[in-house]
Amino acid sequence: MSQPSLQARTGLLARLPLDWIGVGPFFLFAILFLILPTLYIVVGAFTTKDGAFTLDHIYGLAASNILAATWISVKLSVLTALLGCVIGLLLAIAITLGKLPGFLRESTLTFSGVASNFAGVPLSFAFIATLGRLGLVTVLLRDWFGFNIYSTGFNLISFTGLTLTYLYFQIPLMILIVTPALDGLKREWREAAESLGASAGQYWRMVALPILWPTLLGTFALLFANAFGAVATAMSLTGSQLSILPIVLFAQIRGDVLQDPHLGFAVAFGMIVITGVANVIYIALRTRSERWLK
Amino acid sequence: MRLARLWWWIVFVLGALYFFLPLIGTFEFSLRARRGVYSFDAYERVLADPQFQATFAYSAVMALLTIVLGIIVVTPTAFWVRLRLPGLRPYIEFITLLPLVIPPIVIVFGYIRLYNTSSILPLTGSAFGTNVLLMCGYAILALPYMYRSVDTGLRTIDVRTLTEAAQSLGAGWFTIIGKLIIPNVLGSVVSGAFMTFAIVIGEYVFAALLNRPAFGPYMVWTGGNKAYEPAALAVIAFVITWACMGLIQLGTRLSRHARVRS
Repeated sequence: MSQPSLQARTGLLARLPLDWIGVGPFFLFAILFLILPTLYIVVGAFTTKDGAFTLDHIYGLAASNILAATWISVKLSVLTALLGCVIGLLLAIAITLGKLPGFLRESTLTFSGVASNFAGVPLSFAFIATLGRLGLVTVLLRDWFGFNIYSTGFNLISFTGLTLTYLYFQIPLMILIVTPALDGLKREWREAAESLGASAGQYWRMVALPILWPTLLGTFALLFANAFGAVATAMSLTGSQLSILPIVLFAQIRGDVLQDPHLGFAVAFGMIVITGVANVIYIALRTRSERWLK
Repeated sequence: MRLARLWWWIVFVLGALYFFLPLIGTFEFSLRARRGVYSFDAYERVLADPQFQATFAYSAVMALLTIVLGIIVVTPTAFWVRLRLPGLRPYIEFITLLPLVIPPIVIVFGYIRLYNTSSILPLTGSAFGTNVLLMCGYAILALPYMYRSVDTGLRTIDVRTLTEAAQSLGAGWFTIIGKLIIPNVLGSVVSGAFMTFAIVIGEYVFAALLNRPAFGPYMVWTGGNKAYEPAALAVIAFVITWACMGLIQLGTRLSRHARVRS
């Protein structure tokens, strides 16, 4: 009677090491190149040079230049996430419910897949070539309409310019995420609302938006994190003229301008916390929205 | 109703303007290198630049090595989790999502501190060690895409039956993974591979902070020192991104085809 269970047990024992050999390389790799480096930063943010626990570095984040950089980063991320959500939603509605020709929907989605990955250095070049002092749009506006956008105080190498540039990858990401959600809005819900006498505005306000709300908020959080962690686009567009938080960290790693490596750990730790919270919100709201949109 | 449709057309056209003007602007700008006429001078100069050739080749080789490393690290694990350890799935998925959460600049900061010359594993001490470290970092950046594409590929084949069939014919684990699993998921690995390529070829932060002569830092250097070449580089980078994404779509379409047939 006890034979099968004995066999099962020896089977398990024989299998265990083999099982760990199967997944071992992956865990070893993840620990060495993802977990340990991150832990090193987190631990470093809370310890002194001798390894004792301290909160001094975290308090050190209150230094004026770091606070200012954090504030610019948060403003930039909130603004581009908000505009990205609103504009992306409008474009997604246009291609799903706006009764535009079907090929526009497919081509918009394909283009969004490309554009959401077209961040970094080349993107900043594209905007300099378009809206820089000698850029195509700047020149055309000046020659055709006698309108010099630079006389209005506009400058591409500024907060506004960076916002315009970030939207180039934020809007497509929103379109990619929200289009399936819009597809999930069932025609019956609209018909039911209409048969009860609801206007289009009432349908959107009382039925569609409450259902889409978790998706919208979640995507907002994702876009926020997306903008917050981006470095290359801002660096190659503005040099170091606009100190957002990742650029301060970059300068610190390069040349220790903060003089104290542990303060650098604290800045990095702060970035992990902010993007971490944003992503947790995104994942939590995503699971919530999936309940409705099946 | 007609009015509503007109409104959505306006929204769409405005959006299209925003997205196409920078592309047209960049292309036009890249043609202005010769005074008075449009020419491809900027492209000729870029392509003839030995620095361009060297950095582009470096990044392309890096991308290929990263793809191979990614497949080697991810495939056995995804296979094992499907076959033997389904309980580990949530943990592994969590780990593969982490590179999207932790900013890359933080990860590379950790590398520089953890693998410096006075550490147990002084990877940054030599050029070769730094290259290895950079490749591992790229594999981490690509991990979310790589894992998902391999896992999707495994879902389309009957892992258990195939493995048992191979075992009953006397195949060992290396044979099973090398000759059975990897060839079978290759179609869907293609999407992860091209995504990896697109990420690595233009990557800036890792390469700049680890001081490697990659394409990203070269682009930034050009941006600060040249007038028309950056626009030409942006067009080239955009074409590469398009090619990668196009091949990904082709790959998914082909593997879907194969699934229907089987």
